[in-house]
Amino acid sequence: MKTFQITRPKDNPQATAAAGKSKTAQQGADIRFIAGGTTLIDLMKLNVEQPQNLVDVNRLPLDKIEATPDGGLTIGATVRNSELAWHPLVRKNYAVLSEAVLSGATVQIRNMATTAGNLLQRTRCMYFRDTAMPCNKREPGSGCGAINGVNRGLAILGTSEHCIATNPSDMNVAMAALEATVHVRGAKGERAIPIADFHVLPGNTPQRETVLEPGDLITHVTLPPPAPGNRSLYLKLRDRMSYEFALASAAVVITAANGKITRARIAMGGVGTKPWRSTEAEGELADQPATEATFRKAADAALRGAKSQSQNGFKVELAKRCLVHALKLATQPA
Amino acid sequence: MAQETTASPIGRDTPRVDGPVKVTGTAQYTSDFHFPGMLYAVPVEATIANGKIRQLDTTAAEKMPGVRAIFHRANIGKIFRSVVGQGMEGICEERRPPFDDDVIRYYGQYVALAVADTFEAAKAAADAVRVTYDKEKPNVETDLKADDDPDTIASTFGPQERLESHRGDADAAFASAPAKLDQVYVTPAETHNPIELQGTTATWDGSMLTIYEESQGVFNLRSVLAQMFGLPKENVRVITKFVGSGFGSKLFPWTHCPLAVAAAKQLGKPVKLVLSRKMMFQSVGHRARTQQRVQLGATRDGKLVSLQHDYVYHRSMLDAHHEDCGEATAFHYSVPNLRIKFGRAKRNVGGAADMRGPGAVPGLFATESAMNELADQLKIDPVRLRILNEPKIDEGLGIPFSSRHFLECLELGAKEFGWSKRNPEVGSMKRDGLTLGWGMAGCAWIATRIGAEANVQFRDDGTVRIACGTQDIGTGTYTVLALLTADKTGVPLDKIEVALGDTSLPEGPLEGGSWLTGSLVPAVFAAADNAITSLLMIATTTPGSPFEKRRPADLGFENGRVFVKANGSAGGVPFADLLWRANLRLATGSGKSEGIFGEKKPKFSTHSFGCHFAEVTWQPEIARLRVNRVMTVIDAGRIINPLAGRNQIEGSVVMGIGMALLEHTTYDPQNGAPINSNLADYIMAVNADVPKLDVHFVDFPDKAINELGARGIGEIGLAGIAAAITAATYHATGVRVRELPIKIEDLLTSSVLAA
Repeated sequence: MKTFQITRPKDNPQATAAAGKSKTAQQGADIRFIAGGTTLIDLMKLNVEQPQNLVDVNRLPLDKIEATPDGGLTIGATVRNSELAWHPLVRKNYAVLSEAVLSGATVQIRNMATTAGNLLQRTRCMYFRDTAMPCNKREPGSGCGAINGVNRGLAILGTSEHCIATNPSDMNVAMAALEATVHVRGAKGERAIPIADFHVLPGNTPQRETVLEPGDLITHVTLPPPAPGNRSLYLKLRDRMSYEFALASAAVVITAANGKITRARIAMGGVGTKPWRSTEAEGELADQPATEATFRKAADAALRGAKSQSQNGFKVELAKRCLVHALKLATQPA
Repeated sequence: MAQETTASPIGRDTPRVDGPVKVTGTAQYTSDFHFPGMLYAVPVEATIANGKIRQLDTTAAEKMPGVRAIFHRANIGKIFRSVVGQGMEGICEERRPPFDDDVIRYYGQYVALAVADTFEAAKAAADAVRVTYDKEKPNVETDLKADDDPDTIASTFGPQERLESHRGDADAAFASAPAKLDQVYVTPAETHNPIELQGTTATWDGSMLTIYEESQGVFNLRSVLAQMFGLPKENVRVITKFVGSGFGSKLFPWTHCPLAVAAAKQLGKPVKLVLSRKMMFQSVGHRARTQQRVQLGATRDGKLVSLQHDYVYHRSMLDAHHEDCGEATAFHYSVPNLRIKFGRAKRNVGGAADMRGPGAVPGLFATESAMNELADQLKIDPVRLRILNEPKIDEGLGIPFSSRHFLECLELGAKEFGWSKRNPEVGSMKRDGLTLGWGMAGCAWIATRIGAEANVQFRDDGTVRIACGTQDIGTGTYTVLALLTADKTGVPLDKIEVALGDTSLPEGPLEGGSWLTGSLVPAVFAAADNAITSLLMIATTTPGSPFEKRRPADLGFENGRVFVKANGSAGGVPFADLLWRANLRLATGSGKSEGIFGEKKPKFSTHSFGCHFAEVTWQPEIARLRVNRVMTVIDAGRIINPLAGRNQIEGSVVMGIGMALLEHTTYDPQNGAPINSNLADYIMAVNADVPKLDVHFVDFPDKAINELGARGIGEIGLAGIAAAITAATYHATGVRVRELPIKIEDLLTSSVLAA
């Protein structure tokens, strides 16, 4: 770990100004916001992140969960994952989000980790985390160690020849299915970014993971009102039952009536380089009978573009089974 | 079954006597020791696995604040080699002294050492050392073909025949056998991962070297360091008060230890060096990868006629750790024709080491899996197949077993598990929407005794001290020593002080091979007997003593009281009163026992036995396989503390669930690094993976080991469990997994559909 300075801004504009001096908001940024620190400190110890300045946002007034007038929800950037998962409105209206958050990490980590931090969670790719290894995300142009190396846990959707790192977050997958909006305060004022546009594909610039610019402070996330009569759930598959990232996961938000699906929102985790919203799967489900055949079609559609590596080809079938099963659970009689 | 006295605490569930200091945080582990002026050391790890150091630039690192020294090959000073001496001494798996040459043979090999005033400064300096290499492609190939080794190879403990055991003509018998099984089984490299990181704190006062280290063998460590630094043994003291588990990785010292010592000697200050978790995957041993071909020949009705066990394991470039997969093969079943032979394959990996149940654990995975496959092939119940092949004697050595109750284990396990309800057809058993799989396997592990010394003191405050320079690696040795002392003296546990983990104490055994408990019994009992003799002598010779005119032979000693035998024990005098009257602080006795380990012509074959019955559930919809219950029965002689004993077996079954389903150390094919070198990427079983575990002991004391008949139980629980789980997995899914761990991708091929 390199020595660093830490500053504690009094309000959001001060925070934005402090971080605005950074050359980038992405990998390698010299100024970083810190909240729970569960990703950042870990990576600083490994010298993967080496910021000279940390801007501590823990004392900013960003820690509230509140109902919005339209029946949706506002979730502050520094709301801890545990608080989010156990909030009565989240459990009542957005079960998929509560389940997703609780399936990630451990109680101790969830007690520290925040909403905004989770949105910005870095990949768990082993090559990214070791500075002795090539990694285009960590060090652009150094190559990808995973493509010809150990890639069992890595992505099959949204990859490029430069990077196959998985977005590791469970929360993001639920947020994608819930069509959340990320609210940012930056140098040019405030803006709202749909979650689907917030993370970017690796392409030729895997070091760039989000649309954030220097100084952009995530202030909160909003969720639209829950679709009437919907059922939602998160199903996560992995080798062991706790404290492991997903090999495949599915967040489904389904409204069905008389055995027919009227509305479906689908996102997948563990398989994509970003939280993987599948409008293709949604298209196969809309106005279709809630049958296994429909679910299978949706799963096939979700994984149609999958590109697997030497070790992770099994994820295609696993992700399909995951989505089919999640849909089955979400549509079976209560 | 063998209750010898009603008052003795032996055989009763006893909570750990060291529990309170552990849960209150007052137990001092290696990294808890601090000394004035202490410096911190952080090694610099090679970032290649094969090649040579071209240049090592310490300029920037040396100028950093708080840095005291950057050590490397040119300035570390002389570190000698250590050789194995008589008994358990001088043993280290990595024989090349650190920094001995510029050749890099495995990823993470230490190339320099940064020493600074704080850990943070030392880490920053270590990171600032610039090393360039002439890099060559490392060989970490997972497919193992035996190197061209001679018939007799050198191993850590001396020469080793590659033809490990043979009888009859196995090849011919196999060729003509009516039923045959011929399969290859693979177990991956595994990393021990005790939660307590390895480390050394070294202090040097100009003549005396004192080491605080979480060692499984303080006396061996002392002899290694005495050799490496050319010191008289008595000038080296090793202290190990508590160990946060070892699993074999802390049996013998690794290269960080002499580095800390060299730094302390050169700088004249205490130096603490604690490894990172990543280093724990690189430079302190691992279970070697094995590839084992097992050929079984049998009659149609299930009698074995031949067994060939040919295995290859990987080894590091220089070291000679022997992974004895054939350890249990020669005696486990009755078979007239047998061959066990091994080969080795050099790889650019760190030194391999013993890991809980070394050899037998991977070995029994292969042979027990083969037995299960043979049972399926012959349509014979796997329990029955084992009963059919029960040997009368150890056919490998041609001598009787001291005590073998494998059949009783099978009988009890099958009954408790409900094995008779098993429908052998794949995928046929269903419950609550899940497909069930049932499997079983046998297990065995060496039972032996090594030399030990102990000292017992009766003290005038009514307490007793038992001292033995052995270690408690978390298995309950403090409690065992207290129980043995309580048994002999009748003094309650809360009046017994246990001293261990220090080379200034009587020489105690290395804690490995599950031999510790069995080895301690005779030494502690002899020490206690001698202390009692001394006490009775004091009672009969002290003027004014109520026993002054008596002969020691007339006196008895029970419940901490001396009494006249003829008058019965009721009116005895507490030993503290006698000492006080004699103006003595203490009465002592020492005891020493000889080992039987390595005897040239043993009279008995001494082993522990057992079996596991496992149930898995299979949910093909989401390719989820879970271990749902495990029933384990162990024949380990008399159990001194059933509470701690069950705990040991449960812990090893948990490790076995990890072995079967999760654990594997993966070497990066391109640069040779153990790439999943942290506890998030090296997947072990967590609580959520552990189902109900039932442990039974069949209580048959084995008097060939010691007078209590107690054998050790640290390792046997891990033997066989993986084979039971893969058998259960086959039964549920129809997928035969012969390479561990069982992966989801293996199971996706199952044609067993939803229940």
